[in-house]
Amino acid sequence: MTATTAPPGREVGARGARALVDLVFRARELSLVAALAVLVAVTAGINGNFLSGQGVEDILLNTAILALLAVGQSVVVITRNIDLSVGSVVGLVAFVTGDVLARGAGLVPAVLLGVAIGAACGLVNGLLVSFCRVPALVVTLGTLYVIQGLDHYIAHGRQINAVDLPPALLALGNGAVLGVPYLPLITLAVMLAVGAYLRAYPSGREFYAIGSSPEAARLAGVPVRRRVLAAYLVSGGLAGLAGVLWLARFGTVVGDSANGWELLVVSAVVVGGVAITGGVGSVYGAALGALLLTTIGSALVVLRVNPFWQQAITGALLLLAISVDRVLAVRVARLLRKGGRR
Amino acid sequence: MTPMRLTAAATLLSLAVAACGGTTKSSVTSAPAPAPASSSAAAKADPNAPLKEGMKLAFLPKQINNPYETIVDNAGIEAAKEFKGEAKEVGPSDASASSQISYINTLTQQGHDAILIAANDANAVCGPLQQARAKGTKVVSYDSDAAPECRDLFINQASSEEVGRSQVRLLADLIGKKGEIAILSATANATNQNTWIKYMKDELTKPDYKDMKLVKVAYGDDDDQKSFTETQGLLQAYPNLKGIISPTTVGVSAAARYISGSKYKGKITLTGLGTPNQMRQFVKDGTVEKFALWNPKDLGYLASYAAAALVSGQITGAQGETFKAGKLGERTIGANGEVILGPPFTFDAANIDQFDF
Repeated sequence: MTATTAPPGREVGARGARALVDLVFRARELSLVAALAVLVAVTAGINGNFLSGQGVEDILLNTAILALLAVGQSVVVITRNIDLSVGSVVGLVAFVTGDVLARGAGLVPAVLLGVAIGAACGLVNGLLVSFCRVPALVVTLGTLYVIQGLDHYIAHGRQINAVDLPPALLALGNGAVLGVPYLPLITLAVMLAVGAYLRAYPSGREFYAIGSSPEAARLAGVPVRRRVLAAYLVSGGLAGLAGVLWLARFGTVVGDSANGWELLVVSAVVVGGVAITGGVGSVYGAALGALLLTTIGSALVVLRVNPFWQQAITGALLLLAISVDRVLAVRVARLLRKGGRR
Repeated sequence: MTPMRLTAAATLLSLAVAACGGTTKSSVTSAPAPAPASSSAAAKADPNAPLKEGMKLAFLPKQINNPYETIVDNAGIEAAKEFKGEAKEVGPSDASASSQISYINTLTQQGHDAILIAANDANAVCGPLQQARAKGTKVVSYDSDAAPECRDLFINQASSEEVGRSQVRLLADLIGKKGEIAILSATANATNQNTWIKYMKDELTKPDYKDMKLVKVAYGDDDDQKSFTETQGLLQAYPNLKGIISPTTVGVSAAARYISGSKYKGKITLTGLGTPNQMRQFVKDGTVEKFALWNPKDLGYLASYAAAALVSGQITGAQGETFKAGKLGERTIGANGEVILGPPFTFDAANIDQFDF
């Protein structure tokens, strides 16, 4: 949001414009909620089981990992970068933590190890993007393959089986507290924490400033490199956590888990209203995007629709989201110019 | 490499001499390349020819990170040691036919005696395999067949018909031959899956199963998340569902994992094709009572011996020929150049701990 760098004299106009921008993008989140409501209502109308306790639990569980990745990804996308390596990180972490757990490691050290591996991958991405100035698309595409290769090398055709894992981890994957499964609770906690930080802390606002205009942010004294590095650390760390949750949820893990998920995550983020050009959007929107995509998948299965349509609908939603973003960006830019003149 | 190939050619020629008897000296000297020599050797099988030592075999699985194929290939590599052969596993990290093709070409250039392949696409790998055979390399397919005209032998893990019918019998016994059932398959165009499903449907038409109704074939694409979602969908869309057959290792373990943590545990009967290690947890916690599979180690072992018998000239791949497959005993080649490993084996709580693969 350009408001951060607006000169003091234009504060009133800028504040008005900012409120407008906020409204526009809250409208995005609201429209996602509305789309979800319609989808759920129609599906539940045709098949009542969709909204049964088990049905809701299934959707929340299915969404948890994707939403967690989407939260991390949106932090990166907000800074006008991208992290394509998250799918590979999930796969690597799921296998490595599964391996150490099968050898008798404790649950807490294993979770910490998973997050640490993810953060280490994020560190590599971040250093290459922020300090070596290599375009994010290329860097993370490269690390996508490197990390995947590492995963394949470590796995070497082996498989982690549910029976090798400690019962505590498996319980984490499908257990619940007061009827709410653990996985979505973890995702919710992470989302609220990251969301609050980005929204309320000055350093959090700087992520948006960087995404709006990296050059302006640098001139305004924002430590661009450090913030971008931090964004990749968050994305990598959360991908690491997601890897552990993946293991907990599926129990059986081979060397190529979450293969191709990076694109699903980016889709969720974009559908959730985080502009791929940076500076705009929220982690709540991204998580909603993940929820919407997952729910569509589940609804189509329940409605017995040909699975081909699932991909087609995801694609159509993406195009719609990007078109809406473009239209909004043009409108908002025009309004901001007007606000500035007044 | 060249001296190796020359030795191989020479050996094949001497075999040809031994087999045909009438080969004149001039034809030996005029034989330009190993290809015609091997084809003349291939024309007649000599069941008593000894297994050659030092032959080079290469396993080319669907993808190298598939745990199932790793078990098969490692057993095949072990078997090769028994007849003093050299075997290795190479392959792509993705299960695509195009990546397999470059591996076939490389293996051919390296002059391997035999390529053992689990084809990702029956027809796409055909051309390169034919080129390999033209250069005297024997081609044995296992697990997933290539088009019959492009390979010498197919080692079939179990007859497709037997797999399909036995899966239905297994589930029918568990649910008392009554109720709605569904199938959770891999991808919609997987050859082996579709053949099995065809026989399952055929088995279900028997009067014995008149109270069982197949309501849906779902596809989990051998992907954990997709298999989860499809299982959930089946259970929601068909509330009266009694049983699910998942004839794919990824599908059956994902479905078991989902059911074990849901309210459907104990209400739905799941069976299918899975490995003992991945299903152990779910057999122990009562989610799954019985499931089936052949022994993948025996599959690799048999493939290795079959390749050795081909290379040594004991067999040519014609129907009715027999060869000795080490500890598995004598095997006979059936129609279409297929050698069948045996009927699927059923695992349950009583015997699962005897297996580790």
